[in-house]
Amino acid sequence: MDVLPGVDPRAPLLEVSDLHVEFRTGYGVAKAVNGANFWLSPGETLAILGESGCGKSVTAQAIMGILDTPPGYVTQGQIKYRGVDLLKMSENDRRKVRANRIAMIFQDALSALNPVYTVGFQLGELFRKHRGMSRGDAKKRAIDLLDQVKIPAAKARIDDYPHQFSGGMRQRVMIAMALALDPEVLIADEPTTALDVTVQAQIMGLLADLQRQRNMGLILITHDMGVVADVADRISVMYAGKVVEEAPVYDIYARPAHPYTRALLESIPRLDMKGQQLSVIRGLPPALTDVPKGCAFNPRCAYARDACRQDPAPPAYQVSHQPHRTARCHFFREVIGE
Amino acid sequence: MFRYIVRRLLQMVLTFFGATFLLFALVFANQKDPIQALVGERPVTESQRTFLTERYHLDDGFFTQYWYYLKGVLTGDFGTSLTGRKIVDMMSDAWPVTLRLALIAIVIAATFSVSAGVYSAIKRGGIFDNVSLLLTLVLLAMPIVVIAPLFQLIFGIQLGWFPPTATRDATFWQLLLPAIVLACIVIAPEMRVTRTAVAENLRADYVRTARAKGLTRMRVIWVHVLRNSLIPVVTLIGVDLGGLMAGAIVTEHVFNIPGVGFNLARAIRTEDGPLVVGFVSILVILFLFINLLVDLMYAALDPRIRYE
Ligand SMILES: Nc1ncnc2c1ncn2[C@@H]1O[C@H](COP(=O)(O)OP(=O)(O)O)[C@@H](O)[C@H]1O
Ligand code: SF4
Ligand SMILES: [Mg+2]
Repeated sequence: MDVLPGVDPRAPLLEVSDLHVEFRTGYGVAKAVNGANFWLSPGETLAILGESGCGKSVTAQAIMGILDTPPGYVTQGQIKYRGVDLLKMSENDRRKVRANRIAMIFQDALSALNPVYTVGFQLGELFRKHRGMSRGDAKKRAIDLLDQVKIPAAKARIDDYPHQFSGGMRQRVMIAMALALDPEVLIADEPTTALDVTVQAQIMGLLADLQRQRNMGLILITHDMGVVADVADRISVMYAGKVVEEAPVYDIYARPAHPYTRALLESIPRLDMKGQQLSVIRGLPPALTDVPKGCAFNPRCAYARDACRQDPAPPAYQVSHQPHRTARCHFFREVIGE
Repeated sequence: MFRYIVRRLLQMVLTFFGATFLLFALVFANQKDPIQALVGERPVTESQRTFLTERYHLDDGFFTQYWYYLKGVLTGDFGTSLTGRKIVDMMSDAWPVTLRLALIAIVIAATFSVSAGVYSAIKRGGIFDNVSLLLTLVLLAMPIVVIAPLFQLIFGIQLGWFPPTATRDATFWQLLLPAIVLACIVIAPEMRVTRTAVAENLRADYVRTARAKGLTRMRVIWVHVLRNSLIPVVTLIGVDLGGLMAGAIVTEHVFNIPGVGFNLARAIRTEDGPLVVGFVSILVILFLFINLLVDLMYAALDPRIRYE
């Protein structure tokens, strides 16, 4: 593998700071990400949680460097991998980071895989183009990979096309593809949303196993709070393109510090609540072309007062140092105290 | 795959009967005097009348007539033109040159429209895209009866870059200008379809995956996007063959190429019924084969069809 200039193995694995992404469309500028901050260590699972449309996928695409440009542009911030800012790299170096160092799994494997090539071709391509392997060697490695993600009869299925696999098996193919070149960071964007509940658990289990074996850093993007409780170490909650709360998973479930997190937790269906009204967060997330002044959550917030409706927006207040927790709410003490 | 081919072949046989039956019915049946229909507006001598009656079995019932006609087509016995020449001989002179002309035209059109279409789609809204849109609009607005003599005049006669006419054993060089003219009638739609298909596929999820795999832009476009985008283009090229054949009538006439179009044009003009029927019958069969070819290519490009 090519050596990337400036990579320091002792530097933090991944650090995103003050990331801004906007989409310049005919309808105006949509600020999809407005200062996202988070970091990731080897072997750790960070869950990024938030309602649909809050900028989770866009953040992931910005890290991978695969935004649709135009209309999407990173306008501000840093994405540091082992001390090197990916945003300042040449396109050619950046390309080598993809799949080799940072890989990604997409939500819907049926559309994310190319329908007209066999899975063997799509897996083998990674070894051929990044490692210079022959077709034959690449195919052997591809079969190996399908074995590793526990696809039965891998050898027989290597020449099948994506549409010939079941949904769960297809997502395993996606996982195999992401892990092919032993990346240090894996970003999984809603990897189980398109699947049946029973299959969801299997895929999450497989991901957790593979992550442990390889000591990978995993960013798990989801809008489902139920999914993250078992697997995540830390959670970053996103709202309107910002990380509004960041905390270890236990703490966030026990004592949320942001009203939005709190509302999300109350919306998880639980068995002991059978028959009771589910609490859903009232209102809609703001249009990204027109984010409210002050705290973006204020029109929906039960705690909102005048200060919330005025700029500046709440900064990332330090909620506690040990463990490290932040929340973008002027009144986090009140929220957490209840 | 095997089942797919068998099914297509069966369909093809059915279409063959349907199409030839229709052709036959249009020419012979449904006419008060089929012989007059065959020879056109000119007077028919008594001996000609007996000859044609016998040749097309006009005294027999309709289905018997169709049967004899079919037998002729399948055994290569197309009878004699009103000029007295055997139609089979005329065909073996005409078809090779037309097939070569059409082939050169298809290759030119496909190469040009696919590369220009892909480039347009990548640089959407750029100068190349806008200029090519304008040019395709101009091309679309120009009928072949204008393009053919215009190109002959400019490139063949005034600039003298190409030979302005062709002979029976036309060389590749002689066929190049008429082939370019012929290609012009299909380039515009083929290029637009390529552009649309590529632009659409560029937004597909699998493209994002391919980029996330760290593949080069070249590979993403020419391997991942193109294979998917070619599916509608191949279909169109197949369909365009009809337009190409129609265009060949004018082009061959203008460039004096003794091919199918040339013969057909003359047969229609001199109202030589047997000759028209003969050539059109072969055209029908050719279309059937090309459709089969297009469908097979379709299946080769898209596995979802193959494994249906
Ligand atoms: N290709 C695009 N073109 C224009 N706007 C986009 C595009 N992709 C995303 N956006 C905008 O970014 C917002 C955030 O999208 P996304 O990150 O996909 O949300 P999610 O959190 O559900 O993954 C969307 O609401 C949309 O307005
Ligand atoms: S800052 Fe105000 S509006 Fe925003 S979450 Fe806190 S209390 Fe609610
Ligand atoms: Mg998303």
